[in-house]
Amino acid sequence: MSTARRLVILVVAVLVCAGVGTGFVLHAADQAAQRSRPTAGGPAVSSGEVSLGPGAAKKLLFLNTAAGPDLDRLSSVPIGDTAGPRTATGTTCLRFYAAAGTGVCLQSATGVLGQTTRAVILDARLKTLRSYPIAGIPSRARVSPSGRLVAWTDFVGGDSYGSAFFSTRTSILDTRTWKVVDSLEQFSVQLNGKPYHATDDNFWGVTFASDDDTFYATLGTAGRTYLMRGSLSKHSATGVGVENVECPSLSPDGTRIAFKKRVLPNAALWREYVIDLRTLKETPLAEPHSVDDQATWLDDDTIAYALPTDGDTRSTDLWSVPADGSGKPKLIVPGAFSPAPQ
Amino acid sequence: MYLADRAAPAAQKAGGAGGSAKVRAVTGVVLALGAVSLVTDVSSEMVTAVLPLYLVAGLGMNPLGFGTLDGVYNGVSALVQLVGGHLADRARNHKLIAGLGYALSAVCKPLLLTVHALGPLGAVLALDRTGKGLRTSPRDALISMSTAPEYRGRAFGVHRAMDTAGAVLGPVAAFLILRAATDGYNAVFGVSACVAALGVVVLVLFVPSRPKPYAASPAAPGVDPDGAAAEPPKARPDLRQALSLLRIPRLRALAVCAALLGLTTVSDAFVYLLLQRRTGIGEQWFPLLPFGTAVVFLSLAVPLGVLADRIGRRTVFLAGHAGLLAAYALLLWTPSTPALPYLVLALHGTFYAATDGVLPAAVADVVPEALRASGLALVGTGQALARFCCSLAFGAAWTAWGDGPALAGSAVGLLCCAVAAGTVLRPTARPNATTGARP
Repeated sequence: MSTARRLVILVVAVLVCAGVGTGFVLHAADQAAQRSRPTAGGPAVSSGEVSLGPGAAKKLLFLNTAAGPDLDRLSSVPIGDTAGPRTATGTTCLRFYAAAGTGVCLQSATGVLGQTTRAVILDARLKTLRSYPIAGIPSRARVSPSGRLVAWTDFVGGDSYGSAFFSTRTSILDTRTWKVVDSLEQFSVQLNGKPYHATDDNFWGVTFASDDDTFYATLGTAGRTYLMRGSLSKHSATGVGVENVECPSLSPDGTRIAFKKRVLPNAALWREYVIDLRTLKETPLAEPHSVDDQATWLDDDTIAYALPTDGDTRSTDLWSVPADGSGKPKLIVPGAFSPAPQ
Repeated sequence: MYLADRAAPAAQKAGGAGGSAKVRAVTGVVLALGAVSLVTDVSSEMVTAVLPLYLVAGLGMNPLGFGTLDGVYNGVSALVQLVGGHLADRARNHKLIAGLGYALSAVCKPLLLTVHALGPLGAVLALDRTGKGLRTSPRDALISMSTAPEYRGRAFGVHRAMDTAGAVLGPVAAFLILRAATDGYNAVFGVSACVAALGVVVLVLFVPSRPKPYAASPAAPGVDPDGAAAEPPKARPDLRQALSLLRIPRLRALAVCAALLGLTTVSDAFVYLLLQRRTGIGEQWFPLLPFGTAVVFLSLAVPLGVLADRIGRRTVFLAGHAGLLAAYALLLWTPSTPALPYLVLALHGTFYAATDGVLPAAVADVVPEALRASGLALVGTGQALARFCCSLAFGAAWTAWGDGPALAGSAVGLLCCAVAAGTVLRPTARPNATTGARP
C-alpha cells in the first residue's frame, strides 16, 4: 500500500472517529440540557427564600433531583405536605445537611484537570461562612444537633500509574473555633479493647450526639466494618462491639442508631436496620429494597432515606419507614435527595 | 564528538513532526508506535480518570475494595506479558500480537457503555489489562528491532515521552467532555472507544510486521510495511529456546537487578500518599500529583535516553534509582521548604525517565532478535511482579510500624539493591558495541 493511500485511510478514520465522538458528546450534552428543562408531570417548584433552622412551621429540606431548571437545588417542603409544591433556592449541592441554623453543602465544579470539590458551610440565610477544599468525591455530610460540629466524608480515588486505590476520608469541623480535623484516621483507634492501626483504615458516615463531642461513625478495615464511638476532644474512636454497620445515624433521643447492614460480602446490597445502643439488639426495618444512604431521623419514630427512582438512574426519591420495624415504607418526596428536617 | 553532533537535531523530533536529519536515529516505526501509544493512552487514561467518579456519582457504587482488585489485575497483566512476548516471537509477527493487545483494549471501551455493575465492570477492566499485557513486549521488541543499538536509548525515550504525553492528555480530554456534558460518562467512554480504535488503525497502517533491518536503510524516509518480506525464514522459537534465554549471563544479570530494584520501588500511589501526609500539602492538590511526575517524565525521557546512549545505560539506569533514593530521603527528612513537593515529584519523574525506557534498551542489546520479545517480557514481568510484592510488603510495614519506618526500610533496601545492581551490572563488555542484535 502506498504512503499516500495509507494517509488517505488515516484521514478518513480520523474524520469518522471525530464525527462519532462529537456525536457522543453532543448527545450527552443534549441529555444534560434536557434534565434542566421543565418537564410535564414533574413536581411543582417555585423559586423562593428558605432559611435553615427552626422556623414558624416544621419543614423538610432536601436537594431537588427532579428534572427541571431547579435540578440539584436546595429545596424545601412543609413537613405536613411533603408531596406538595416545593420551594427551590439558588444553592446547588451534591450532598447537604443542616441543623439549628448551620448548613453544610458539598459542591463540585469540573475543571480541566479534574473536579474541584468544596465543603461549604452555610449560615441560616444560606450565606457562605467558610469553604474547605475536598480531595475526592463527596459522599456523606452531617451537622451536630446544636449546629456547632460539621462532618463530611469523601472518596479519594487512586491515580493512573501503577496500582489504583480507593479510600474514604472523613473530616470534622468545629464552627466555633473553625478548627478542622482533616482525617479521622489521625485519631487513636481501639478495637476489641486493643489499640488498632492499619493503613487501610477508613472512616465514613459520622453522626453526632447532642453533647457536641461524642460521635458515631463506621470504621472499615481489613474487609470488615465496625461501629465506632468517638470523642472529638480526646481524638479517639473506640469500637462499640458491633460489626457490619455502615453509615450510622443517631436518633434524636440518642438511644438508637439507624444504619445500613451489608447483606452479602462484596455485593452492593444493604438492608436498613436500627440498633438499640443499650442492648445492642438489631431490628430490621420494613424497607425491602437495598438502601445505600445515611438515613435521617424525621422524629424519634421515623427515619427517611433516598432510593433510586424507578426507571431513572440519575434521580432518587425520599422514603420514610417506622424505626421499630413495623409498618411499611412510604414515598414522601419524589425526586429528592439528602433530607434534613428543620 | 561525532555521535553527539548527530544526536542534537534528531532529539528535537520527539513531537513526531519529522525532520531533515541525514541519519534517522528515530525511525518511522518508533514514531508510529509512539503515536499508537499516545493515542491509546489518551483513550485509557480518559477512562481511568473518570472511573472513580463514574462508580460513585454515575452508578451510585461504593468503590472501597476496588483497589485490591486492581492490584490483582496488575499481577495478571504482568503474567500475560510473558505470554504475549513468547507468542510474538513464536509467530514471528510482533505487529500481530501487539495489534491483538491494542484491539482487545479497544473493544473494552464500548463494553463500558453496557455494564452497570461492579462484577462485569471488573471483568471488562481485567480484559483491558490483558490487552495491555499482551502488547507491551511485542511493541518494545518492534522499537528495538527497528533501531540501531546505539540509538535505542533515544528511541525508547521518544516512545515513552509520547506514551506519557497521552497519559497527561487523557484526563484533560475526559474532564473537558464532562464540562460540556454534565454526567456525560457515556460520552467519555464513547469518545475513548473512538480514540482507541484510531490507535489500532494507526498501528495497522503505519507499523510494519517486521521492521526493516536498521542497518540496511537507516535513512528510510517513511515506513513501508510491505517491504519486509525479504527476511530469510528461521526456525520458530519454542518454549525451550525461550527458557534458554536465562543462560545468557548479561540478561540474567539485568533480570535479577530489575527485580531486586523493583522489590524496593514503592508504588506511585504510596509515594503520593506519603508526599501528602509528610509534607502536609492541601487535599485539593492530591489528584494533581501524578501530573507532576508525568510532566517531568515526558520532558526528560528523550534527553535521558540520549544520555544513556552516550554514557551507558547502566550509569543512567542506576542514576535514576539514585534519584528515587533521594526522593525517599527528602520524604524522610521533610525539610520545611515550600519547594519540597516539587523536588520530590521532579525526582520521581526523573526516576521514570531514566529507567522506564533505558531498561528495555539495555535488554534489547543482549537478547537475540528471534527471542527479543520473550527476553523483554521476562525482565518486564520480573520487575512488575517484584513491584507488586513491594506494594504488599510496604502496606504491611506501614500498618505494623508506621509510614516513616516503612519508608526508611525501603530506602535502605533500595540503597543495598542499587549497590548490588551496580556491581552485578559492571560493564564486562561494552554494552552497546559487542552484543549485536543478531543471533
